[in-house]
Amino acid sequence: MNERMKKLATVLSMALLLTGIGAATPAWAQLRLTITQGVNDPIPIAIVPFSRAVPADGGLDVAQVIQRDLESTGRFKAMAREDMVFKPTASADIDAAGWKQQRVDYVAVGRVTSLADGQVRIDAELVNVLTGQRVAGPNVTTAASNLRNAAHRIADALFEKIIGIRGAFATRIAYVSVDGKPPKQTYELYVADADGANRVKILASPLPIMSPAWSTDGEWLAYVSFERRVSAVYVQHRRTGKKSMVSARAGINGAPTFSPDDKKLALTLSGSNGNLDVYLLELASGKLTRLTDDPAIDTEAVFTPDGTGIYFTSDRSGNPQIYRMTLGSSERPKRVTFTGSYNARPRLSPDGKQLALVTLDNGAYRIGVQDLANGTVTMLSKGRQEESPSFAPNGAMLIFGGRERGQGVLQTVSVDGQVSARLDADAGEVREPVWGPFLP
Amino acid sequence: MKNFASVSVLLATLALLAGCPSKKADVPPPAPAPTTDTSGVEDPNATMGDTDASMGPSGELLSKRIVYFDLDRADIRADSASVVAAHAAYLAKNPNQKVRLEGHADERGSREYNIGLGERRGQSVRRALALQGVAETQLSTVSYGEERPAAAGSDEMAYAANRRVEIVYLK
Repeated sequence: MNERMKKLATVLSMALLLTGIGAATPAWAQLRLTITQGVNDPIPIAIVPFSRAVPADGGLDVAQVIQRDLESTGRFKAMAREDMVFKPTASADIDAAGWKQQRVDYVAVGRVTSLADGQVRIDAELVNVLTGQRVAGPNVTTAASNLRNAAHRIADALFEKIIGIRGAFATRIAYVSVDGKPPKQTYELYVADADGANRVKILASPLPIMSPAWSTDGEWLAYVSFERRVSAVYVQHRRTGKKSMVSARAGINGAPTFSPDDKKLALTLSGSNGNLDVYLLELASGKLTRLTDDPAIDTEAVFTPDGTGIYFTSDRSGNPQIYRMTLGSSERPKRVTFTGSYNARPRLSPDGKQLALVTLDNGAYRIGVQDLANGTVTMLSKGRQEESPSFAPNGAMLIFGGRERGQGVLQTVSVDGQVSARLDADAGEVREPVWGPFLP
Repeated sequence: MKNFASVSVLLATLALLAGCPSKKADVPPPAPAPTTDTSGVEDPNATMGDTDASMGPSGELLSKRIVYFDLDRADIRADSASVVAAHAAYLAKNPNQKVRLEGHADERGSREYNIGLGERRGQSVRRALALQGVAETQLSTVSYGEERPAAAGSDEMAYAANRRVEIVYLK
């Protein structure tokens, strides 16, 4: 074989390899979003196709990304493109009266341009059709490879202008994907955009992966992996994949969550005698401090947003309930849940005022939110077996694990319970979603 | 990367050892530093090589390796007592034989809490074996909670099959 033929053979086998990978990857655990319940009177909006920057935009339909973001909240109804008589790309060209006749309240238009330094820029404009006023003009400049994220940021700004709450579209989720039938299953940990796109595999294992948790800065994930047959807690850098085993003590190593300053983990250890308690692990020094000391199961600790205390699950009263304790205080933990016989897996809203939990409601495990000021619990889900609630960083939505036809799916719900959506996997099951922070 | 990961694990372990001598009574000791590479996905055979289904004694009771539990309970049921007693007698007679007690829960409720329930069941079997003369050094526990079901499905049959402790004989 001469040099040239060898080269060709290499290229061909590479191409075959790539095709093989390409064919295998998309089938597994791609997420598809479906709105299952929206508001009764969604806001009619027209998101007109943006002018393009060919080829810098990579063929991405920016207006469609924005439209899907806004519609995913169940609060908007977008006009179909084929119904648009005109397709302006600047607010000056918008005929407000004409759009008003077509019964939309808002029109969003915009332009994608490529800049001299290789970056791309999105300029969007929002016009209130009823007043004819241009009410917002967000723009984002970014690397061409990051255009999709930039589109999410534009959607964040438009959502905030119209609804009054910062959008959480330009954020990420992490979740566990499981394939195969018991007892032979494989486990993967993924990070994806909040809309399920752009998923990246963080870890795969033939043994369970569970309890992913985001660092406050969104750069790291902590999780539990049984890859050594026994549990250990790992911390892994999202981008570089750099992974450290931070706790592999005898017995259980579980339920990690980051402190607000990302310097510590709260986690659950049992020692070899099997008594689960909550500990604090300083990541830089490895210094370990015991937080709870009770023969019951104490687990699932989460920090308050100011880092001064934790909430955790304990069955010291005979069944699982949520308790709060102040760090560095000798006071006994205070029980905070009194509704029902099962409350577990607490997670706090970003303002620290609401507690999301798994609660037993008429024989079904559902997601509830407890107002910490007055103790009122609102049920947010309707299934039979739901788990792992996690607040979006804007506090307006929660994501949790639910079931559909016996398979684990991810679900979102607005904190008022009015809007819900489902993220289905194409194959296998997905579970334990955690919503990451706002990105800088 | 491989070396870096092993070094960082070693450093972390050393740091842990150095960091908490005064806390010894309060804090579970770190497990021995792992010898496996933790930088990526491991070969399942590398970690599962310490056991296979054919290991361990046979016999009417001894070939039964699974102890089942009632809902939210960790006490050994009367119908499992003879199985546990048979394993206890065998292990007491064979003090070099080690077993791992793998505790499991059904899928209902919170996952990390279920890890706790699985551990309670593993500890319950451990205590029963120890009380019948098995040395503590022969026994270890691990809890998989609801993460490794024996049976698929969301019905009482599957739940009952999944609330269990598996007695795994080690090489």
